[in-house]
Amino acid sequence: MAAPIDAVGAKSSSTNILIRRIISYTVLTIFAFLALFPFFLLIIQMTRSSVEINQGFKPIPGGSFWENFKTVMNNNNWRMLKALRNSLIVSGLTAFLSTYFSALTAYAIHVYDFKLRKFLFTFILMIMMVPAQVSALGFVRLVTDMGLTNSYIPLVIPSIAAPATFFFMKQYMESSLPLDIVEAARIDGSGEFRTFNSLILPILKPAIAVQAIFTFVSSWNNFFIPALILDDPDKKTLPIVIQIIRSQDLASLDLGAVYVAIGISIVPVAVVYLILSKFIIRGIALGAVKG
Amino acid sequence: MRRKSISYAKWGYIFVIPFFAVFIVFNLIPLISTFKNSFYENYLINGYQQVGPTWVGLSNYSELFSENVTLGKYFGNTFIIWLLGFIPQIFFSLLFASWFTDLRMKLKTGAYKIIFYLPNVIMAAAMGMLFFTLFSQSGPINSIYKSITGSTEPIYFFEGVWTQRGIIALINFLMWFGNTTIMLMAAINGIDPSLYESAQIDGANPTQTFWKITIPLIKPILLYVLITSLIGGLQMFDVPQIVANGGSAVDSTSMTVVVYLNKHLFSKNYGMAGALSVILFVVAAALSLLIFFLTTDRDKTKKKKKGGRK
Repeated sequence: MAAPIDAVGAKSSSTNILIRRIISYTVLTIFAFLALFPFFLLIIQMTRSSVEINQGFKPIPGGSFWENFKTVMNNNNWRMLKALRNSLIVSGLTAFLSTYFSALTAYAIHVYDFKLRKFLFTFILMIMMVPAQVSALGFVRLVTDMGLTNSYIPLVIPSIAAPATFFFMKQYMESSLPLDIVEAARIDGSGEFRTFNSLILPILKPAIAVQAIFTFVSSWNNFFIPALILDDPDKKTLPIVIQIIRSQDLASLDLGAVYVAIGISIVPVAVVYLILSKFIIRGIALGAVKG
Repeated sequence: MRRKSISYAKWGYIFVIPFFAVFIVFNLIPLISTFKNSFYENYLINGYQQVGPTWVGLSNYSELFSENVTLGKYFGNTFIIWLLGFIPQIFFSLLFASWFTDLRMKLKTGAYKIIFYLPNVIMAAAMGMLFFTLFSQSGPINSIYKSITGSTEPIYFFEGVWTQRGIIALINFLMWFGNTTIMLMAAINGIDPSLYESAQIDGANPTQTFWKITIPLIKPILLYVLITSLIGGLQMFDVPQIVANGGSAVDSTSMTVVVYLNKHLFSKNYGMAGALSVILFVVAAALSLLIFFLTTDRDKTKKKKKGGRK
């Protein structure tokens, strides 16, 4: 807001504003602590041995992290290392396919003038809100009939049709992809597919990066569908391992190891998030404003 | 004479093929098959003896609404847990969004936004497991509680109806209030600043500008947040599945609709799972249509604005 306005009621409201600032900073800080507290507890517990944990909580880190970590890695029931690898493969491929093909689809709708263009656009918007769970039954049966249980194909390939990613790309193109560029490339004799790959994709980089992060995270966290499709212990992803841990009796487990297992699912994503946070926060706002 | 311009329309079709081919195979066909399954009796007895598939018409649906299934109870659970999380979520998101966008207060918001959004990127299943261990009888929360109050008896969070629901709602709240705050901030930032300026000149205080300017102008976004959150709440699965161990804990009082659906899918009771999916689809579609009408109204006003500027 413009500075002169502040001058109008400056004297009467300056103490008022100071009080409001103090109140809001206090409340915000309390909430920041509330949001971080569970992770603080997690990190402390990850470093303490099962015996120490059972004796009661102390907010002091212990020295048993490596011990706990080894226990997790050697637990043949959980197979954490494999799950970590599986999650990385599935999420990485999903992020790549989803962003590439959503960009391609958005590009088609944005640039080319064809008969079904409007219809297809409205159609994608309509299916955007349909929850994945409603077709899960048919999906699982189809995957079983195709003999693709315990394969990553049914987890990865469907991400080619990602309406939300498509919508974001389309929004981004409307604001930052002038059609003249496409015209110019045609005059230079570039083929349509090559234009998209070597000219358009670099322009879309910021949008692709944001969506790649979001798709990666949502695939990393995906629980419902993988739990129905993967039952081979060597193929399971992280959320399914969490479910396995939950189904065991907590009292019978090495608690330090349980915390480390939870930490392996949480901490890498949290660290990457904190590194890229400024970028990600801007991305959410971009998706929210819509022009 | 040949036409000078070349039609590129065919490329439009070629480029949308992967999207729609995948959509048809992995979404549309499964959806149709789900509907079809809902009319058949098809399940396993003791995990191996196949019953059906036999056409039974609507009897799967009537079974779902019969007294021994109490689907209404699961819809009720889902709604209560959603509401317990959503009320504080919308309240604090509105409060924080209005603070963050209040230029007179000049708050440094960057770090808060980053921290508030953090829980949203964390795996919901892991969050559920983390809270389950933290709030367990011998977990750190009970340990802190005991040392503060001097009580020797822990709180059995996962044996009480409302403590268990409360913890699921708390996780939902923590995971979503940052997201909602940022959405609402974007909405408030879209309001013409001159409205606030003139209100201030007229001597309006922050509470008045909030209720008379901010709220009415972000109403469409508020409705959007409400309905998308409701659709999200309807799909609630990961957290109650983990916290309430498949929904069965504490007399199934935290069994949500999708946890229940998962149970049928897992035990391969295809008929019941199909009927439940169709009901879920109808509810979600009704809510989505509501959004559709709300957002098209918004587009109209936007167009008017654009025309006005020209």
